[in-house]
Amino acid sequence: MSIDLTQFIPSFLEESFEGLELMESSLLNLEQGDDETINSIFRAAHSIKGGAGTFGFQNVTEFTHLVETLLDEMRDGRRKIAQEDVELLLGSVDCMRLLIEAIRDETECDEDKIAVNAALLEKTLATSNNDITEATSTTPIEETPESTSDTASWQIEFIPDHHLVQTGNDPLLLFNALADLGDITLVANAKELPALNEMDAEELYLSWLLTLKSSASEDEIKEVFEWVEDECLLILTKEEQSEPEITTVDEPEITPADEPEITPADKPSSAQVTEQPDKSETLVTEPEKVISKPQSSASSATEKTTAKAKNDLGSIRVGVDKVDSLINLVGELVITQSMLTELGNDFDLSKIERLNSGLEQLLQNTKELQESVMRIRMLPISFAFNRFPRLVHDLAIKTGKEVELVLNGEQTELDKTVMEQIGDPLVHLVRNAVDHGIESAEVRLANGKPQKGTIMLDAYHQGGSIVIEIKDDGGGINREAVFNKALEKGIVDENTTLSDSQVFDLLFEPGFSTATEVSDISGRGVGMDVVKKNIQSLGGRIQVESEQGKGSTFRVNLPLTLAILDGQLVRVGSETYIIPLITIVESLQPQKELINRVSGDMVLYRLREDNVPVIPIYQLFNIPSEFENIESSLLVVVEAEGQKIGLMVDDLLAQQQVVIKSLNDNYQQVEGVSGATILGDGSVAMILDIAGIINMALTKAQNNQRYKSINQPQVGQLVSEGVNL
Amino acid sequence: MTKVLVVDDSNSIRDMVSFTLKSAGFETVEARDGQDGLNKAHTSTFDLVISDVNMPIMDGITLCQELRKLSNFKFTPILMLTTESSGDMKMRGKAAGATGWLVKPFNPEKLLATIKRVVR
Amino acid sequence: MDIQTLVDEVPVEGEYSLEGIDFITSGEQYLTFLLSEEQYAVDILCVEEIRSWESPTRIPNSPSYIKGVINMRGIIVPIVDLRMKFNIGEASYCETTVVIVLTVETEDKTRTIGFVVDAVSDVLNVENNEIKPAPAFGGCVPPNYLAGLINVGENVVTLLNVKALQAVEKHQLSQ
Repeated sequence: MSIDLTQFIPSFLEESFEGLELMESSLLNLEQGDDETINSIFRAAHSIKGGAGTFGFQNVTEFTHLVETLLDEMRDGRRKIAQEDVELLLGSVDCMRLLIEAIRDETECDEDKIAVNAALLEKTLATSNNDITEATSTTPIEETPESTSDTASWQIEFIPDHHLVQTGNDPLLLFNALADLGDITLVANAKELPALNEMDAEELYLSWLLTLKSSASEDEIKEVFEWVEDECLLILTKEEQSEPEITTVDEPEITPADEPEITPADKPSSAQVTEQPDKSETLVTEPEKVISKPQSSASSATEKTTAKAKNDLGSIRVGVDKVDSLINLVGELVITQSMLTELGNDFDLSKIERLNSGLEQLLQNTKELQESVMRIRMLPISFAFNRFPRLVHDLAIKTGKEVELVLNGEQTELDKTVMEQIGDPLVHLVRNAVDHGIESAEVRLANGKPQKGTIMLDAYHQGGSIVIEIKDDGGGINREAVFNKALEKGIVDENTTLSDSQVFDLLFEPGFSTATEVSDISGRGVGMDVVKKNIQSLGGRIQVESEQGKGSTFRVNLPLTLAILDGQLVRVGSETYIIPLITIVESLQPQKELINRVSGDMVLYRLREDNVPVIPIYQLFNIPSEFENIESSLLVVVEAEGQKIGLMVDDLLAQQQVVIKSLNDNYQQVEGVSGATILGDGSVAMILDIAGIINMALTKAQNNQRYKSINQPQVGQLVSEGVNL
Repeated sequence: MTKVLVVDDSNSIRDMVSFTLKSAGFETVEARDGQDGLNKAHTSTFDLVISDVNMPIMDGITLCQELRKLSNFKFTPILMLTTESSGDMKMRGKAAGATGWLVKPFNPEKLLATIKRVVR
Repeated sequence: MDIQTLVDEVPVEGEYSLEGIDFITSGEQYLTFLLSEEQYAVDILCVEEIRSWESPTRIPNSPSYIKGVINMRGIIVPIVDLRMKFNIGEASYCETTVVIVLTVETEDKTRTIGFVVDAVSDVLNVENNEIKPAPAFGGCVPPNYLAGLINVGENVVTLLNVKALQAVEKHQLSQ
């Protein structure tokens, strides 16, 4: 029977990636004398090496062996933990990752990089004064060239120690294994058997004489007995030989040396005997030496959900607890369903109340079930945060700055897909923070700040969304510089007055940069505009707060899930639309006094301090409406991209959760609409895209403006004030 | 059915060993470290224990020693999976009461051939 | 098998019977329908479903011939009125108005779109050599939608190119 090992390779790859992550984060946190951490790093490398060997990935085994050796020296105390070594190991982890990725993707990896790193490892190992010969052999015991291919007859005398069985060995089973090599016959010798009343049931008093006809080599035969070689007398005689040669070897104590036997290799048939004079005594003292491993050690996360490879759409690992909760809820749903079915079987109006409570129960069940299912796709944001310690560490070295990274709220959960897509934008923001935010040590000291800069990543839930903050205590954003740059690029003109946050929003304009980009930090040419676009495509938004000299905060707001939305249903004419609840600031019945008309067709509503432009949906969408003036309509004030607008609707309907269905599948993107949903009555309703609507309104206003004379600067100002993008 | 306890912190190795044994008609129970293995040993009897050496929480050598203290594990064959072919590991294993060892990397066929020496 | 007999025997509206049609032929099968008095046909393999008319949800700022979208078993399906699109007759909506839902693979995407027609006719079995080329000019249907003409007795059935139909929407929205 041949077993296909390839089925275990995905599992091996997965655990190897986990091991590499552990190695990396542990290396970053390694302190002198931290035994447990260095041990866990060693074990991780050791596991990867072992698995690679088992599944036949020779290149991984060879490379990892070097890493493992270095780690072994460190954990044994034979080598002090030096910073360059840690850096070398970090680089080695990168190489191992490349190798494993190459296996996973079935591609080639950068051989040169691996070779360079391997050479460095070897060089480092060579500078230690320890004998590395012990660690080089990883091949299993192979047959020596003594094997003959023709059948020979062997006589084997097997005299076991009395205590042999106490190690779990059973001579009969050994003979079984021997029988695999050829034909055997045996004769047992019971001479040593004491009288029944003197017999110790746990002792072995028998010995055997066996004959083996086999083409196996002497080594192969001896191998069968290798486990018990110290606990028996084994005499091998190849037939046609006159005298077996017996060599006794003294074994005073256990040394970490090689085989304690001496085998004269020139004689074609060599006999070998190993004898343990007083093994039992030395055995007793041995255990004390062996117990050196720490009993308690930090255990890694057990049944937590884990996701692998950042852009992996394939699968999700789900904690058993989540699955159990799901099963329970489905069970409850089934109960409710059968209850309702029964009710419906013989229904009459007297049962109305029971029907109502049944339906309420159904609502509850479905709600809980829905929440539970959504949670399956939710993973802690630590998976996205995990890459940052290493990133910041490397960046700090590269820029010569001292930076400390603080992570908060790593357990905050968010949708798997959102997390996969937020990774790159976050990386860019963090890179920015190190590169442009944090000042050099000298500058910081000169300004009375601590030498080490701090970057804090935080994540928390707020309402129906998740907020991710990237805070730095650096130099802050220079508002002047940003404004001037925007002026230069013609994005704004001199007369435009903008609030601070509006100025900082300019950073997200395409082609914007106020600092000379360090070319390789910005790598792929990802600008802040792409970051903002990515965040928006996830249905989120980004805001900037900054104080000169103190630092900056980038705040990203993301929906908890891409597929479901909390919506406010509204009616315009005979159409029902859905406004995302997250965008709604306030819904109100407009008061006449607060309505201001400007230049005839623009309506502004005074909402406390703001002048909110009113947008009649029926006009924007060219549909009939019940009320065409604001006085009789309802106003829903929404906000998107830092801009508030008031949507004019005929009526407010219910608030409910809706499932977002894309219009793109069978149709295409519609401006002002972010998707559609199916309402309870089976009909389709459009979900409004607030940012899109603002755009549409702006375009319309700009188009209208072209036909107006320039003598009305007020309009231009108001438009750019109110609708600023 | 012959019951085997498979102890290894590497999922893929554990899966492989377990699968191999099951295909050969053995019943297997898996543990992911020495402590887990010891816990399982307390609740059941096994005909064979196969354990890795390098594991977190409790390593294979310690597990072996602990198992030998249990009355129902006094004579149970315990095989250590080791990557070292040095005599040192063998000595330590033996000292802890191990029955034998299997050197990594090994293939399924080698595994099955080897355990024949200690189980039927 | 005489096509003419088939046309006579098979019922016209709502249901169509596939009895007596030999499926193992060398030709293709087409579903015919009426736009006003004119007969058109599409490859039957693209026909997902035939639905009676229901008022769809309008899509903001869409051309008039795009009536909106409907919910078809959880899928959002756009509805195109072919009579309006091709300017054939009057687009009225009564009990016999029917929506033919076509699913077609274009490039790497699969699209489902419903088309409003006046009535569904029967299924035609047509050999490939029976399809005559369509005229390159004249007529209200733009030539890129035409896949050919089929003679059925004294009548002519216009074969439509489904892939072209599915691409209808792309043109609009560039205001």
